[in-house]
Amino acid sequence: MTALLQIRDLTVTFATRHGAVHAVDGVSFAVGRGEVLGLVGESGSGKSVSLRAITRLLPDFARVSGQVAWQGEDVLAMSPERLRRLRGGQIGMVFQEPMSALNPVLPIGLQITESLIAHTDLDARARRARALELLDLVGIAAGPSRLSQFPHEFSGGMRQRAMIAIALAANPAVLLADEPTTALDVTIQDQILRLLRGLVDELGMALVLVTHDLGVIAETCDRVAVMYAGRLCETGDVAAVFARPRHAYTAALLQAMPGEGTRDRKLLTIPGQAPRLDAPAIGCAFAPRCALVRPICTTDRPVLQPVAPRQSSACHAAADLAA
Amino acid sequence: MTALLTTTDLAMRFPGRHGLTDLLRGIPRPVVRALDGVSLDVRPGETLGIVGESGCGKSTLARCLVGLHRPNAGAVRYQGTDIATLRGSARQAFHRQVQMVFQDPYGSLNPLMSVGASLAEALAVHRIVPPADIPRRVQDLLDRVHLPATAANRYPHEFSGGQRQRIGIARALAVEPKIIVADEPVSALDVSVQAQIVNLLQELQTSLGLTLVFITHDLRLVRHLTHRVAVMYLGRIVELGPTEDVFASARHPYTQALLRAVPRLVPGQRSRDVAVRGELPSPLAPPPGCAFHPRCQRAEPDCAATVPALALREGHWPVACLQADRAIAHSSTIATSTPSV
Repeated sequence: MTALLQIRDLTVTFATRHGAVHAVDGVSFAVGRGEVLGLVGESGSGKSVSLRAITRLLPDFARVSGQVAWQGEDVLAMSPERLRRLRGGQIGMVFQEPMSALNPVLPIGLQITESLIAHTDLDARARRARALELLDLVGIAAGPSRLSQFPHEFSGGMRQRAMIAIALAANPAVLLADEPTTALDVTIQDQILRLLRGLVDELGMALVLVTHDLGVIAETCDRVAVMYAGRLCETGDVAAVFARPRHAYTAALLQAMPGEGTRDRKLLTIPGQAPRLDAPAIGCAFAPRCALVRPICTTDRPVLQPVAPRQSSACHAAADLAA
Repeated sequence: MTALLTTTDLAMRFPGRHGLTDLLRGIPRPVVRALDGVSLDVRPGETLGIVGESGCGKSTLARCLVGLHRPNAGAVRYQGTDIATLRGSARQAFHRQVQMVFQDPYGSLNPLMSVGASLAEALAVHRIVPPADIPRRVQDLLDRVHLPATAANRYPHEFSGGQRQRIGIARALAVEPKIIVADEPVSALDVSVQAQIVNLLQELQTSLGLTLVFITHDLRLVRHLTHRVAVMYLGRIVELGPTEDVFASARHPYTQALLRAVPRLVPGQRSRDVAVRGELPSPLAPPPGCAFHPRCQRAEPDCAATVPALALREGHWPVACLQADRAIAHSSTIATSTPSV
């Protein structure tokens, strides 16, 4: 499989009054056609910043280095003109809070059409037909009357469907979705996740899904990349990572989840809290909270390396976790 | 077992938004029925989960339970006495014995008071200990929620989200309550920190014999933490039963849909069928009959006409579904539709 999007050694540093914040620290991953990659981590782990760095949506005071390759083309060095065609054209984006991503004073139909004007040669008639087709695709019934409605007339779930319709307007090859269901109720989340998964299977898109919910990863993604404090802990096929996590953080996170079978025991807790990002750890960022910590963890930064077929881990205890 | 806290036919209505043009046109002010006939009991020593999606009335119910809202109809009784009739010291005693923990502890702690002062205030107002013993009791409380003694001199903004929730819990514990009503206490926290708070709540319940009412939208937490669960939909309880039984064989179609919708932690079990179609109807204009009927696959014509009462319906725990009795006869077909979370 050839990667559509290849990220190598992505590093994002924010210059603040209190010094530099290392939000993303040497992250590499790739995603190919028809594949769903989940980027999972807790707040501040750098998952959303990584996603936004791909299409250069970060503010000016962010310093981005590393490589973002779109079908071999360097995105970080792209001209503004080329970047404009890529964003919303070949790469579609869906955000967490559709109400703040949609324009409140424009009807939904016009917002879909804007994207079609920018990225396609369709005439007005064909654009309307395409807009209706898109609404149908994302499961918004009664399309014609919906096109003239405003975002505030839509429910939360419908707004997210409309966001997805806009993102799909120009037939993107990759969809980047940043916590698309976090603000939604569980039955609506279920509908949206199945819609996204269905679109990937039908249209052969690639999807990068950022979430903090391991359940969303397990049910929706093919591969997963686990992030902690701006760094990648573990990547691999979802089935392998969930069955046999090979990073101490992934293992702890899975055991901290309540659910079936945890009733009669205490949840495993991860002591302490996520580290500050203004002074990156010399060794493993998770070492201060890790139950499997050893001397090398505080002195040598573990490198992400293959530990099993289609599974890589950056953990000095990876071999112990295999047992 | 006698209930500690009961609600009977609790109803709570809020006025909806009413614009000037609506007023001039003579359109009546819309009314949101946040609670519509909620009856339940909280038993001593149990953890009762109240679960539902946004707008189902679970937070309104929590606020009625602790006396923060005065219901429009029905009653909340604490140890048999209607709390609306409590006055003076009896009312103060009720507020001391039934405490609330909020989702956002930052919004419920005074930012200008040190943590120690916040805790001391609660101890002094309710005269829990003689003034001379207050500093020691503050230290005890911090210790109970696993915060260092130095926390007393610090201010809320100096703590992380998880630590702040510990302070919120310590504040509730200060007045030695019998019941803690916790409204989404861990929803704002990351998984690793959430587990610490969940364990703490369980630990406190065992060591202090607390009764816990746990309001959440997270079904995984309900399954882990609660003994009984009340499932709410649009202001009503649709099912109320022992947690394990409800998770094993939910009887209400909405409960079944909710359980199907929770993403499981086991990869490779993805189905392409959605758990339930449609969206939550507007609480301003709830559907007639059973509020769930427009989304329900088992709906029959009578579901649109009759509001189903929460009743046993030939099962072991009450459910508000007209089709539930019928379902018992075909239980084999339904058991397969409720996967585990």
